[in-house]
Amino acid sequence: MILDVNGITKTFGGLLAVNSVDLKVPDRSIVSVIGPNGAGKTTFFNMITGIYKPDKGSIVLGGRDLVGLRPDQVTAAGIARTFQNIRLFSAMTAEENILVGRHPRQKSSFVDALLRTRRFREDEAAARAKARELLDFVNLGRYRNEFATNLPYGDQRRLEIARALATDPKLVLLDEPAAGMNPRETEDLKALIRRIRDELGVTVVLIEHDMRLVMTLSEQITVLDYGTKIAEGLPHEVRNDARVMEAYLGRGAAAGEYGKEAR
Amino acid sequence: MELGIVAFVLTNVLVKGLLVGFVYAIIALGYTMVYGVLQLINFAHSEVFITGGVVGFEVFRILGPSPMNGYLKLAIALIAAMIVAGFLNVLIERLAYRPLRNAPRLVPLISAIGVSLVLQDVIRFLEGLAGRFNLVYVLPDVFTQRAFGVPVPFSTAIVPVQGKDVIVIVVAILMLVGLTYLVNYTRLGRAIRAVAQDRTTSGLMGIDANRIISLTFLIGGALGGVGGVLFGIFFSKVDPYAGTIPGIKAFTAAVLGGIGSIPGAVLGGLVLGLLENLIGVLNVFAQVPALGFLKSIGAEYKDIGAFIALILILIFRPAGLLGRNTTEKV
Repeated sequence: MILDVNGITKTFGGLLAVNSVDLKVPDRSIVSVIGPNGAGKTTFFNMITGIYKPDKGSIVLGGRDLVGLRPDQVTAAGIARTFQNIRLFSAMTAEENILVGRHPRQKSSFVDALLRTRRFREDEAAARAKARELLDFVNLGRYRNEFATNLPYGDQRRLEIARALATDPKLVLLDEPAAGMNPRETEDLKALIRRIRDELGVTVVLIEHDMRLVMTLSEQITVLDYGTKIAEGLPHEVRNDARVMEAYLGRGAAAGEYGKEAR
Repeated sequence: MELGIVAFVLTNVLVKGLLVGFVYAIIALGYTMVYGVLQLINFAHSEVFITGGVVGFEVFRILGPSPMNGYLKLAIALIAAMIVAGFLNVLIERLAYRPLRNAPRLVPLISAIGVSLVLQDVIRFLEGLAGRFNLVYVLPDVFTQRAFGVPVPFSTAIVPVQGKDVIVIVVAILMLVGLTYLVNYTRLGRAIRAVAQDRTTSGLMGIDANRIISLTFLIGGALGGVGGVLFGIFFSKVDPYAGTIPGIKAFTAAVLGGIGSIPGAVLGGLVLGLLENLIGVLNVFAQVPALGFLKSIGAEYKDIGAFIALILILIFRPAGLLGRNTTEKV
């Protein structure tokens, strides 16, 4: 297991947002967390990345407990993420966005930069080379000097993924990466997610509403509803789970069409 | 009206305006950078800046009798002022702003005003202990001679440019170039811009926002320190309360240029410097028959005029001259 989340719980005032959820993520796997809107998926991600501190439970990445670390420390430990709503640095170019992601892996200091030491120059050149490599990896090389905000929507999503990968993560959390994408962009995304795992060896955890994407890509699916885990397993197991259908469609709804058509 | 007089007056306005403008610009950067990362108007910056001026005064005073090269004295004064003002600014953030990070935005503003008053009296107290109340700069001779001792044609015939004027402009430009480089082409600069644009996301990119905020205060304070020394050199003296007016003007310059924007702060500083010097000489033109009313607008009106211009500009461009695109935000 690269990531072992054990019984994490988060309440906001009286609202139990995430209730004692476990998640075991095998190394180099692609797993998904699904559930209706408001099920607590993003809160779950926010706890893993250190934005919220869980009230209870542990989050262990490669043997190290991450609970209580700040987001930047979690990133340094090897977890990167993207966002449901794109949060690129819109006033920076595509390359600069990736260079920001490179920040925790760069070594040169403020003083190096002022004196333009050899360490600074080498560090900066290496970061730029890495940025170029990642832009090519997500097929955005032509946009290197374009402001992020000027990129087409689907490309912004892929730039966000490249920026997350720039932090050299062991595991990357993608929060609804296919949201708002057209079918062709979704196909490209699917291929990209596979390549992230196969070529870079990075484990992928997805939150996604596009069921076709989830079902074809995931090796394991965890279903949340009202902050609680209601099912877990292989795609076909989850698809046929009565509680999952109930959560999505309401009690008594027929099983028939669900799972063939997304949303 | 003689053309020669007009040329003389306008050249003088241009030179003086640029000099003062560069000093404002350097101070304005401290306001704009802090605003960029925290959306806080650091009203204590006027005292941070004048602290730099006081440190500069002390260095020149102590080194005054020594036969050391004047430029070396200047370098020591600038470095000492940068260090003291920079770390002072970091300390202020830690003690007065960070504990209030999640408070409503007015709260740290009040705290900033408090820090500003405290610093004024601390400086007054420390210098007062030694019996010094009027801090007149003891400048090396090279500074007060004509520029670099060379009779620049410009300096003799039209405007009396002294060595110190050249120093003010050269140092200011070096600082501006250095800052632009740092912000745009280095790891720290990218991190500062990232924190300014989106603190949460930059945290998830592995950037420790608190560290970057401290470094932003360090840089802003160090620039303020340089501004203080240049101010002291230019006006020949400082005092514990001398920071307030230029501080407000530099803040005005930052707003004029578009607060949060680095090029905006520089542009705002230069525009303000030129504008107030232009207004200061308007009465010269009272000799022109149609402009007789200008006679009563003396040099003392220059601040009022500058602020009226500011109001007008902000009515038509509320975001400031360069504030429209958040592209340059820092």
